[in-house]
Amino acid sequence: MTTVRISDDALALACGADAVAAAFKGAGCTVERVSSWGMHWLEPLVEIEGKGFGPATPEDVPAILSGTSGKAIGPIADHPFLKGQQRLTFARAGRTRPLSLEDYAATGGWASLTRTRGMAAADVVAEVLQSGLRGRGGAGFPAGIKWQTVANAQAARKFVVCNADEGDSGTFADRMLMEGDPFQLIEGMAIAAHAVGAQLGYIYVRSEYPHAIAKLKAAIALAAEHIAPFALEVRVGAGAYVCGEETSLLNSIEGKRGEVRAKPPLPALEGLFGCPTVVNNVLTLAAVPHILTPGGASLYDSLGVDRSKGTMPIQLAGNIRHGGLYETAFGMTLDRLVNAIGGGTASGRPIKAVQVGGPLGAYIPPSRFHLPFDYEAYAGADALIGHGGIVVFDDSADMGALARFAFQFCAAESCGKCTPCRIGSTRGVELIDRIRGGGKAGPDAVEALPQMHNARKAGRSREEDLHLLEDLCETMQLGSLCALGGFTPYPVRSALKHWPEDFGA
Amino acid sequence: MSKPSLPAILADFAAEQASLLPICHEVQAAFGCVDAAAEAAIATYLNLSRAEVHGVVSFYHDFTPTADPRPCVELCRAEACQARGVEALVAAAEAAAVNRVRVKTVYCLGLCSSGPAARVGDTLHARLDEAKLTALVRSL
Repeated sequence: MTTVRISDDALALACGADAVAAAFKGAGCTVERVSSWGMHWLEPLVEIEGKGFGPATPEDVPAILSGTSGKAIGPIADHPFLKGQQRLTFARAGRTRPLSLEDYAATGGWASLTRTRGMAAADVVAEVLQSGLRGRGGAGFPAGIKWQTVANAQAARKFVVCNADEGDSGTFADRMLMEGDPFQLIEGMAIAAHAVGAQLGYIYVRSEYPHAIAKLKAAIALAAEHIAPFALEVRVGAGAYVCGEETSLLNSIEGKRGEVRAKPPLPALEGLFGCPTVVNNVLTLAAVPHILTPGGASLYDSLGVDRSKGTMPIQLAGNIRHGGLYETAFGMTLDRLVNAIGGGTASGRPIKAVQVGGPLGAYIPPSRFHLPFDYEAYAGADALIGHGGIVVFDDSADMGALARFAFQFCAAESCGKCTPCRIGSTRGVELIDRIRGGGKAGPDAVEALPQMHNARKAGRSREEDLHLLEDLCETMQLGSLCALGGFTPYPVRSALKHWPEDFGA
Repeated sequence: MSKPSLPAILADFAAEQASLLPICHEVQAAFGCVDAAAEAAIATYLNLSRAEVHGVVSFYHDFTPTADPRPCVELCRAEACQARGVEALVAAAEAAAVNRVRVKTVYCLGLCSSGPAARVGDTLHARLDEAKLTALVRSL
């Protein structure tokens, strides 16, 4: 009987994988549901004896089985999109059944946990430090230093919290990891717990990821005896983007409004319920089992460039022909990622801009596509890598509208704790509307009231409005408590700098 | 299956503040909202003030003060789906919905390489165009 492998990743399901799987079952095949290879334009991707067919529909089944399908892509593992990658965190993607303990153990699962539990906690932290692993959530803080701070803190209770509130548009690596290889995340958290002396862990997942939540809950139940005495719980977010910020995430787990906390105190010292807490992104924790294989830390440290070490699961999204997950060592240029690998736009039109790093990331024009993928190089170019999402826009994009959207999104998602973000975002929307609308000739009805004696009576020129916008951006960037208000100026300023014509110039 | 009662939901959780979000999720799923009466009962059970509970309920987009009995399509309108043309579909979706279906904007379903994307309950839809999206709306 033919064995057919089809992904049960949420994206494959959204593209109709269940119907394809049912059609193969109906044709008498054995169907195995595996994780996704990450070649999203080919989903639902069907694998028979290592050979791929996609994107498959139920109607394609007879042709695929008789070997006459025009959707054959040859051996999947040899596909150029996969050949060029260096998969460490996503080594199992496409190859294993997500909830099979057997598959996990057969591919090296639990070996690092067993090894680290035989090591002194300080030695585990030392290996993470040596690897150069930095937080993959966006800030890029060295994971080993965070762990060391928690390990050195004296407290009866400590926690490991996994930030799986992947709200950035253009990112899906956390989701794919949780749905495709949940045991690896669980193992990484158990290793972190051993290294810092934590007893309990939480995985905070956004409510927009129902499939990831279900997989994690099932995986935790299956893995309980492997990670004991460490215990894990899944917490589901409630639609607040700002809860991806670590301190508001902690408040949310505590049952409070997801408002940002002022730092210090650092969560590593006073985090969840006031106890020392490791808060790491899914990809950070999922990289840990690989790093803690014998020699893994040195290998990780040998990859990448400068201070950006190891591999980054880059997500190619938006208007791109070959979208999906591309894990590679740091240092690759945008041009290579977007054009050579991603195949340009899906619409076939020229690329106008790419946004790297989610809604708070800068828009980058093709003239700067030589930038290497590296935390410091991006920071130096007034941009950020964030969580590694790349969203491509074709020449139909209206950058002025996107800059307005950045403020609008910030206004909708601001937690309200600090003024620059709460009020600045709304003023930003109004200001961009005014600039795009050709300015304001004189005072409006309210400003003209005699009580409003401080209001400006004259109109503002475009230059004055742009100056005001720059002032607002500076205030938000320097005065906000967290990255939501602090980084919203990135997309706004970059759009204005590179595409002033889209602001009605 | 009959709806669980509010006291039955509460009894499943430890009476501590950390239970508040999980409780609200259960209440929202069972009744379609977390209304003032539910807030009061939750506050009593967790020994919190009603203001504290209301503050939390009103903070999160997933909890609503009144139930909306209409079926709901959650349409992603974040940047990646905008890059793939979701904005051009919104008017058609709303026209197909009339007032019978609720078309709700969400930001990101994690299907960013294959948008425009939408969610109905726990069922996801990707690669939507106008025909597929309006058919989806009409099918509810």
